[in-house]
Amino acid sequence: MNRVLSNRPLARDIHELVVEAPGIAAVALPGHFVVAMADAKGERIPLTIADHDPVRGTLTLVVMTVGTSTRKVVSVPEGGNLFALAGPLGIPSEIRGFGTVVLIAGGVGAAPVYPIARALKEAGNRVIVIQGARHKDLLFWSDRLSSASSRHILVTDDGSTGAKGLVTAPLQELLETRSEGPIACVWAIGPSPMMRACAEITRPFSVKTLVSLNTLMVDGTGMCGGCRVDVGGKVRFTCVDGPEFDGHEVDWGLFFSRQKVYHAQEQCSLERYVKEIIP
Amino acid sequence: MPEQAPRVRAGNFDEVPLGYTEELVLRESSRCLQCKKPTCVPGCPVSVDIPGFIRLLLEKKPVEAAELIKRTNCLPAVCGRVCPQEVQCEVACILTRKGPPVAIGHLERYAADTAARLETRKQRPRPALNGKRIAVVGSGPAGLTCAGDLAKLGYAVTVFEAFHQPGGVLVYGIPEFRLPKEIVWREISELTDLGVEIQLNHIVGRTDTLDDLLGPKGFDAAFVGVGAGLPLFLNIPGESLGGVYTANEYLTRANLMRAYRFPEYDTPIIRGESVCVIGGGNVAMDAARTALRLGAKKVMLLYRRSRAELPARAEETHHAEEEGVEFHLLVGPVEFLGDERGMVREVVCQEMQLGEPDASGRRRPTPIPGSRVTYPTDLVILSLGTSAHPLLTASTPGLNVNKWQYIQAGETGRTSKERVWAGGDIVTGSATVILAMGAGRKAAQDIHEFLSKSDASWTRTAS
Repeated sequence: MNRVLSNRPLARDIHELVVEAPGIAAVALPGHFVVAMADAKGERIPLTIADHDPVRGTLTLVVMTVGTSTRKVVSVPEGGNLFALAGPLGIPSEIRGFGTVVLIAGGVGAAPVYPIARALKEAGNRVIVIQGARHKDLLFWSDRLSSASSRHILVTDDGSTGAKGLVTAPLQELLETRSEGPIACVWAIGPSPMMRACAEITRPFSVKTLVSLNTLMVDGTGMCGGCRVDVGGKVRFTCVDGPEFDGHEVDWGLFFSRQKVYHAQEQCSLERYVKEIIP
Repeated sequence: MPEQAPRVRAGNFDEVPLGYTEELVLRESSRCLQCKKPTCVPGCPVSVDIPGFIRLLLEKKPVEAAELIKRTNCLPAVCGRVCPQEVQCEVACILTRKGPPVAIGHLERYAADTAARLETRKQRPRPALNGKRIAVVGSGPAGLTCAGDLAKLGYAVTVFEAFHQPGGVLVYGIPEFRLPKEIVWREISELTDLGVEIQLNHIVGRTDTLDDLLGPKGFDAAFVGVGAGLPLFLNIPGESLGGVYTANEYLTRANLMRAYRFPEYDTPIIRGESVCVIGGGNVAMDAARTALRLGAKKVMLLYRRSRAELPARAEETHHAEEEGVEFHLLVGPVEFLGDERGMVREVVCQEMQLGEPDASGRRRPTPIPGSRVTYPTDLVILSLGTSAHPLLTASTPGLNVNKWQYIQAGETGRTSKERVWAGGDIVTGSATVILAMGAGRKAAQDIHEFLSKSDASWTRTAS
């Protein structure tokens, strides 16, 4: 059981939870995730560790409500408990002196991008963060991303704040104009179509692009294969070989089709959940 | 042994055997000849005093019978259900010269279940602590046995379990209808009564390393019983189509996450109508029988050798067949085909013929060139076996493994790393519950001997 110390909304459908997990907080690194269960009948779902405090012994998790399980997690009140939390899982991000790096944070992707950007900046890199969302109500942690980067570019699809457009536009510009010099590495984290699009932008420029895949998972420790993806023609488990993979090598078609396998059950579960909590 | 009728039980998750009545127990127990030199006992991996407990059953003393079994086998209710007695104790029973052996497994089950029912959980006096601490990694049968034995000797034992429930393969692998989870909880609660601490959601190799435990966290010794959890694949086209599961995933969803009660439990599972299970072991039978219970109209087991080579227990194969699982033998998949949504629709196989025996002693299957058999399907379960997962070993310097990542350990479980013992599937590859328990027991004895000597040196007996 892990106590929820704080639970606050960050943006529409997005919550920030600070959870007690001293063992995990002591060893967490950027790129790590945990597997959480909201209650005893819940699913095991992966959540990125967006921030951690080894002194206080806490993890910060940012959750976007999509279905039953994410709704259950964000419904745990302050002082309440998550039924289970295990980790840290995954291979942490490679943090070293690259030179100039670009991190694209799409929507809720701002949360996993934050610790990576911060660590890269601390390692002496010139860190350019492109943060985007459909509308300003869906943006959060802009201040954090600003402080974690050397340059922070904000865009919204509808132009409600920042420049109008998609995250791919500033990325394209940076690569074409070389206004920031050569880009050593790109991270793109956010909705899967966005990650794929960013990888396609960087491909002709041969810039290494890492994406963070949010496959379905069950155990999270590599014993079931449910999270498997095809990367460069090889089968990889997102939980132990990822979650970051080379965006140019991912078989996106296979990834997308595997994500949809439980669509009907997800609908059924959500309908039932909503009916039960809103009598 | 009275059983649920096949058609009925294929629709529920209750146990198949209904249990012995007292009359049946007395009748079966009286068949035992109480041999002076019993042939059954050496067949048991932990040398349970079989004639001894049977005599107590004949004397209508099931509680004492269970106590006697527990001197060497701390999970009798589990073993009475899942041990392959037909190749261990029962096959060696002297009565087999003329007919069926004494039904030792069923009698063990009766003793354990009856004792549990009659006894109120008495607070056993906890042994005095000797001040030493043991870390047990993994709460499967090997770890639980090692923990229990050491707790009885006064050690403060902490079991680290990666999952949110203890039991290992007993809870995620073996289905409810073969091993009710309540029985596992009952056996585990006896351990916690002894003072064993179980830390759930604690992944040694991630949350802590083994060196953390033996160093700053102050444990005097460690036992590694993490099992063989890495699933094997065929590496053929289409293996990652939607609807193709490893048996590990299918059973973990069904058993550990109770997906058979979706949507009451949140984890979903695909309920195929025409299911293909690839494999022939106990896990394949478990997967096939679970698919039936989840509403499949047709469940086909595809195995590349013939009936005689099926590795599953005869009892499991028999139960599966009675329930309606179709056996398709001498076929091997070469490809999975899917539809426009990326969901599996067909298994394409080659027919096989058996050639010369291979390293395992079984006749090697070779494809018949040009042959082709196809099976329409909407759910495929790959039950090809498992191997060692490197999660713990890769993060533990000095812990030698063989080329398949299994931990190298001696007779009593000593590894290359000082104060680290290992046992169960992580050493032997996937085997049985009782063998894992035997390894946990041997390691506990050796841990106690080593820690009792102040000048003990770390020598590994040859494996």
